[in-house]
Amino acid sequence: MADIILEMKSITKEFPGVKALDNVNLVVERGEIHALIGENGAGKSTLMNVLSGTYPVGSYTGEIYYNGELCQFRTLKDSEAKGIVIIHQELALIPLLTIGENMFLGNEKKNKMGHIDWDRTYNEAEKHMQQVGLYESAQTLIKDIGTGKQQLVEIAKAFSKNVKLLILDEPTSSLNDEDAKMLLDLLMEFKKNGLTSIIITHKLNEIIYCADKATIIRDGSTIETLVKGVDEFSEDRIIKGMVGRPMDDRYPAREHKVRSEVGLEVKNWTVYHPLYHEKVVDNNISFKVHKGEVVGFSGLQGAGRTELAMSIFGRSYGFNISGELYLNGEKTELKSAEQAIRHGLAYVTEDRKTNGLILGESIRFNTTLARLDKVCGNGVIDTTAEQKVAEDMTEAMGTKTPSIEQKVGNLSGGNQQKALLGKWMFTEPEVLILDEPTRGIDVGAKYDIYCLINQMVEEGKSVIMISSEMPELIGMCDRIYIMNEGELKGELSAEEATQEKIMSFIISADD
Amino acid sequence: MSTNKENQGGAPFDLGGFLTRYSMVIALVIVFILFYFLTDGRLLYAQNMSNLLLQNGYVLVMACGMLLCILTGGNIDLSVGSVICMVGGVAAVMITNHGFNIYLTILICLAIGVLAGVWQGYWIGYVRIPPFITTLGGMFVFRGFGRLILDSKTVSVQDAAFLNIFTAYIKVPGLDTDTRILSPLVIGALVVVFIFYSTISSRANKAKKGYRQNSALTDFGRSGLISVVLLAYCYLLSQYKGVSVMLLWVVAVCLIYHFITSKTAFGRYFYAVGGNEKATQLSGINTNKVYFIAYANMGLLAGLCGLLCLARVGSVTGSTGTSFEMDAIGSCFIGGASAYGGSGTVPGVIIGALLLGVINMGMSIMGIGDSWQYVVKGGVLLVAVIFDVVSNRKSGK
Repeated sequence: MADIILEMKSITKEFPGVKALDNVNLVVERGEIHALIGENGAGKSTLMNVLSGTYPVGSYTGEIYYNGELCQFRTLKDSEAKGIVIIHQELALIPLLTIGENMFLGNEKKNKMGHIDWDRTYNEAEKHMQQVGLYESAQTLIKDIGTGKQQLVEIAKAFSKNVKLLILDEPTSSLNDEDAKMLLDLLMEFKKNGLTSIIITHKLNEIIYCADKATIIRDGSTIETLVKGVDEFSEDRIIKGMVGRPMDDRYPAREHKVRSEVGLEVKNWTVYHPLYHEKVVDNNISFKVHKGEVVGFSGLQGAGRTELAMSIFGRSYGFNISGELYLNGEKTELKSAEQAIRHGLAYVTEDRKTNGLILGESIRFNTTLARLDKVCGNGVIDTTAEQKVAEDMTEAMGTKTPSIEQKVGNLSGGNQQKALLGKWMFTEPEVLILDEPTRGIDVGAKYDIYCLINQMVEEGKSVIMISSEMPELIGMCDRIYIMNEGELKGELSAEEATQEKIMSFIISADD
Repeated sequence: MSTNKENQGGAPFDLGGFLTRYSMVIALVIVFILFYFLTDGRLLYAQNMSNLLLQNGYVLVMACGMLLCILTGGNIDLSVGSVICMVGGVAAVMITNHGFNIYLTILICLAIGVLAGVWQGYWIGYVRIPPFITTLGGMFVFRGFGRLILDSKTVSVQDAAFLNIFTAYIKVPGLDTDTRILSPLVIGALVVVFIFYSTISSRANKAKKGYRQNSALTDFGRSGLISVVLLAYCYLLSQYKGVSVMLLWVVAVCLIYHFITSKTAFGRYFYAVGGNEKATQLSGINTNKVYFIAYANMGLLAGLCGLLCLARVGSVTGSTGTSFEMDAIGSCFIGGASAYGGSGTVPGVIIGALLLGVINMGMSIMGIGDSWQYVVKGGVLLVAVIFDVVSNRKSGK
C-alpha cells in the first residue's frame, strides 16, 4: 500500500450564497509533487485554506487525515505545528525588515532573558537559506532582493518551521522563466529528501515538468487525478479535464446585431506600472469594439486586462500611458475618470468592495455618486429625485433589499454587484466595461447580469467584458481577445472560440 | 441576517434603535441634569446659559470645519489654534496700532485664514503629505507668525465698531427697552413657527409622492421637543441682555455647514472620500480637490474664529488659541464623527461641543479647577469613541 501523508475526504465548504467546495477528495502520497489544477475560482485556494486551518474546523464539512490521524486545525499555527506550511501567491514578507527578521516573524528566537537573540536568529536563518540555495546575508532587507529570491526566503521560512508538507500557491506567477525553472528544480531536489509538495499553478508546462500527479478541480468538485506514467499526462489532456464541463443554456440567447460603427477603438496602447516605472503592464495593444457588440477579454490573472481597462477609463491606472483612443471614430483624450464618465464610459470594477462601492453608505448614496449632478440643481441635491432614481435602478437591476436606505455593505455579493451595476447604468454609458462582472455571485444573479448585457447591446451600446471564466466569455461575447503577460495574443470570433483554443493561446504564450 | 430587522419607518417604537441613535443627546441631557443638581441650579441661571453658547461659539465654528476634515478619513487639523492667534494678532495690530478700516481688516483677516488653509490644503490634497504632519508644521509656523506680528506683546482692541460687529446684543426699538427684552422671544417664536411649517410641508410632500415616512408622533414629537428647548432658551436669553450678535454668527455657520454636508453634492463628496477614496475616485470625483477644500475651508473658519475670539476677549497674546484645536476635534468625535472618516453630522458635532461646554461650565461653577476639567473631558472623549466603535462592531460594520 502506498504511503499516504494526506487524505482530504468529502470536503464541502460554503460561503453565503456560494458553494465553493462540493465534496472534494484529495489523496497525496509521501514524497511526491502533487499539482492542483483548475480555473480561477474553481476552489483550489479554498481547499488549501481548509487544509491549513485558515478556515477552522467546523466552518466546513468533511475530514482531513494527516499521517493517518484525523486533524482538526483551528488556526494556521495548528497546521504549522504538524509541518504543513502554505506559501501564498502574494508573498507575506515585510519589505523593510531583514530576511532573518522575516523568517522568524511571530516565532522569534529568544534568549533566556526573553530578548531576541540576534546572533541565533541570523545564524539559523542563513542555515535555512543555504538549504534552499540562497546565498545572501540574512541581514539583507527583503526589498533589496528580487521576487525570485523572496520566493526562496518563503521556502527557507517553511524549512525553519520544520516543514513536512509544503503547499505553494502559484509560486511562479511572478517569476521569470529562469527563476521559475530554478524553483521547480529545487522542489524536485527536496523530493529526493522526502519532502511532499502540493503545487497550485496555471502553467501546465510546469506541471508536466515536475509533478507526479495532478488533481483537477472544477466548479468546486474534484474531477479526476492523473498519475504520471499511468494516465496520459499531457497539456491537452489536462486542459480537457479543466474545461470539460457541459455547456447548457446558462446564457440568455441574443440576436447578434453587431453594427458597423465602432464605439471604441484603442491603438498602440502601452501602460507602465505606477510604482515600478520600467515594468510594462500593457504592451502596444490595439483593439476595437463595435456598437451592439460584446467583446471579451480572456487571460489569466495578471495578464494586464484590468490594467488596460482602468488605464482607458480616464487613466485611472498606470504610468506613462501612450497610445490613441477613439470614441465613435473621434480621437479623444480622457485624462480623468470624470472625463471618461462624461464621454460615456463606465468601468464596473472587479473589486466591488475596494474600488466600486462605499460599503458604509446606502444604496441611494452609491447609485447616484458617479453622476450626482443629474439629481442636483445648483449643487443642491434634490432628495426626492435621488430617491426616485435609486428606487428605479434597484428595480431595474432586480436588487433584493428591504429599502434603498440599506447600507450596501449589508447586501449579499450578488446584490452588491447589482447595486454597483445600477450605479454605472445611471451614468448612461455608451461603452460599458465589465471587469469580472459575475465573480463570487450565484447562478441566478449571473443570469440577471447576462440579461442586462444583452439589453445594453440591443440598444446599440458597446460592452467590454473581462472574465476569467471562459464559458462565460464564449457564451456571451461576439468576439474574444486573449491576453497574456501584457500582450494581446490572439482574437477569436464567437463561432470559432472554444475553451481549448483560448487555453492554447494562453499556454503557447508561456513557452 | 440582523440587517433585515433594521428599523424601518412605521414600525413599532424601537427602543434600542432610539437609544443608539440619540445616545449623545441622552448623554447631554443626563450630564446637564447632573450638573444642575451639583451646582444647586446655578447652571440654569440666565447668565450662565447665555454664556454657554457664547463661550463655546468658537468651538462650534471650528468644529464645523474640523468635521469636514475628519469626514475625509479621520484627518484632523492641528493648526487652527495657531491660525486663530495669527489672524487675531493681525486684526488687533491693524486696528489698534495702525487704525485700519475695520471692514477692510475683517476681509484681510479672513483672507489670511483662507491662505493658511490653502497652503496646507495644497500639500495635503495635491502632494499627499499626511495631514497630521502638515498641520503640525502649520501649528508651529502660524504660532510663530502670530508672535512675530504681536511682537510678543498683548495687544488689545477697544474700537467699539469692531467689537459691536461680533459682541453687541441686539436691541430692536419698540421691543427691547432697558427693563424689558422681548426680541429673543419673538425670534424664538418665529423659528418655532418655521420648524412646524417645514415639518408639515415635508410630511405632506412625502405623502403626496407616496414615500415611506415616520409616524406623525415621531415627527411632531421631535419638532415639539426642539421647540420647547428653544423657547426655554430664548426665555433665558430675554432675562439676560438678549441675543448676542456672536450667537447669530455661530448659528449661521452651523446652519450653513449643516446644509452643505446634508444637502449639497460637494458636501456628499466628503462622506464618499472618507467611506472609500478609491471608489470615489473611480466615480469621477476629484478627491484631491475634496481634501484641498476641507483644509482651505478650515482655514477660513479658523480665521473667523480668530476674529470672534479677539472680539470676545478684547485682546490677543502669543498664547491665544492654544489647544483650541483639541476642543474642536473632541467635539467632533464626541458628537459621533467616525475616527476613520465617512460619518458624522453637524447636529452631532453641536451636541458634542455642548456636552464639553456643559462639563466645563458646570465644573467652573462648582469651583473645580482646570486640572480636573482636563481629566473629565479626556475621559468623556475616550468613552464616547469607545462607545461608538463598540456599537458599530456589534452592528457588524
